[in-house]
Amino acid sequence: MDFHRIKVYVNGKAYEREVESRRTLADFLRMDLSLTGTHLGCEHGVCGACTVLLNGSSARACLTLAVQADQCEITTIEGLAHADGTLSVLQQAFQECHGLQCGFCTPGMLTTLTELLNENLSPTESQVREAITGNLCRCTGYQAIVEAALLAAQKLRDQRV
Amino acid sequence: MKPAPFIYHRPQQLSEALDLVAQLDNYKIIAGGQSLMPMMNFRFVMPDHVIDLNQVTELNHISKENQQLHIGSMTRQQAIYSSALVQEHIPLVSQAYSFVSHRQIRNRGTFGGSLCHLDPSSEQPCFTAALDGVIEVASQSGKREIPIAHWTAMYMTPDLAPNEIMLGAKLSIWPKTHGWSFMEYSRRHGDYAIVGVAVLVNLSVASTIERISIALCGIDAAPVRLLNTESALINQAADESAIRMALGDIEKLPNIMEDALNTSDYRRHLAKTLTRRALLEAFERAKKRIS
Repeated sequence: MDFHRIKVYVNGKAYEREVESRRTLADFLRMDLSLTGTHLGCEHGVCGACTVLLNGSSARACLTLAVQADQCEITTIEGLAHADGTLSVLQQAFQECHGLQCGFCTPGMLTTLTELLNENLSPTESQVREAITGNLCRCTGYQAIVEAALLAAQKLRDQRV
Repeated sequence: MKPAPFIYHRPQQLSEALDLVAQLDNYKIIAGGQSLMPMMNFRFVMPDHVIDLNQVTELNHISKENQQLHIGSMTRQQAIYSSALVQEHIPLVSQAYSFVSHRQIRNRGTFGGSLCHLDPSSEQPCFTAALDGVIEVASQSGKREIPIAHWTAMYMTPDLAPNEIMLGAKLSIWPKTHGWSFMEYSRRHGDYAIVGVAVLVNLSVASTIERISIALCGIDAAPVRLLNTESALINQAADESAIRMALGDIEKLPNIMEDALNTSDYRRHLAKTLTRRALLEAFERAKKRIS
């Protein structure tokens, strides 16, 4: 078997682990680091539930090898809330707008929309919808998720003033 | 679903990567991994060795040289999509990338990975064909250039020897006044096209066609250039009769591929509908830019 020693920075914390080369980043986060907030739906890049931020850019954790994330900064759902447990503006907006029902797609929705709001604080509804085309939700019909993203954008704009 | 075991290699330099592909058997190169990883997770592909090019930074670039845009094979799709240089010189490519998959995939997926994976429905070989792209590959014994017309060896297989690696492609830049359009139809936004079409056109001030390029994907294993149509359209007026001529040629295309979901008749219908829309948009843009 082929093992490699990697060092990753997950939600600001450094981890060093020995990983088999075939270990996906998603399995590494869930099984080796016990960060089970990253969900695995389809494991072939269709559902978007496993989306994490890899050096700030959204990526499918099931389509990335853990060994490829060596020396990278990773943000998972566990890293979005503040250190004291208060929710991020986007998470708070999801709660207020009922942007989740079963919650399975939510980690991927939040990481994906975090990237969008990092780049664009005034997204249109169609830009929000385009951003989450790679994230499947079978409960909400997306409406409440889109509303939550737009509300979060509004709140973030207000904070800036 | 986990990949079968393999040995992972992470070359830092191109020369190191070329040594590896010359020595190893049953290897796969991982670029963005957005097609290879699903196939490995499903165990459709079980390589003994995986060679990761993500550290070979010399393959990640977009630059303009003379009248060509050079795109390195490891350039991320999102980087090309958001490139001001690409938008300025080859807006066709920017428009095509608006149809390519989702942000999370484009952040990882690469131009070279797509050209080597060579899905017949992919937008990227299609616009490369419309732009008379030339693909540059290297082995330990040197470099060679392959025009896009000769790139497809067979279904999803580029004409790339086992000891070769794709370095990038050169895409021709059209005059400032050209018109362009990329259109496609897919069942959901971000899916591979069922059929897609790329059009580039140069018009005279009198709105006659001076030069035109039409390429289709989702028709055959290789992107289809309508070369006969293109030469017949030279000096014709950019109007309804030109569009009818192009659609007549699509009607006569032999052997359009089909699968369980999309018949060849349906693909032909889409090719005609999309080509009409793309020609209209490209003509309109060219007229605006020349006036």
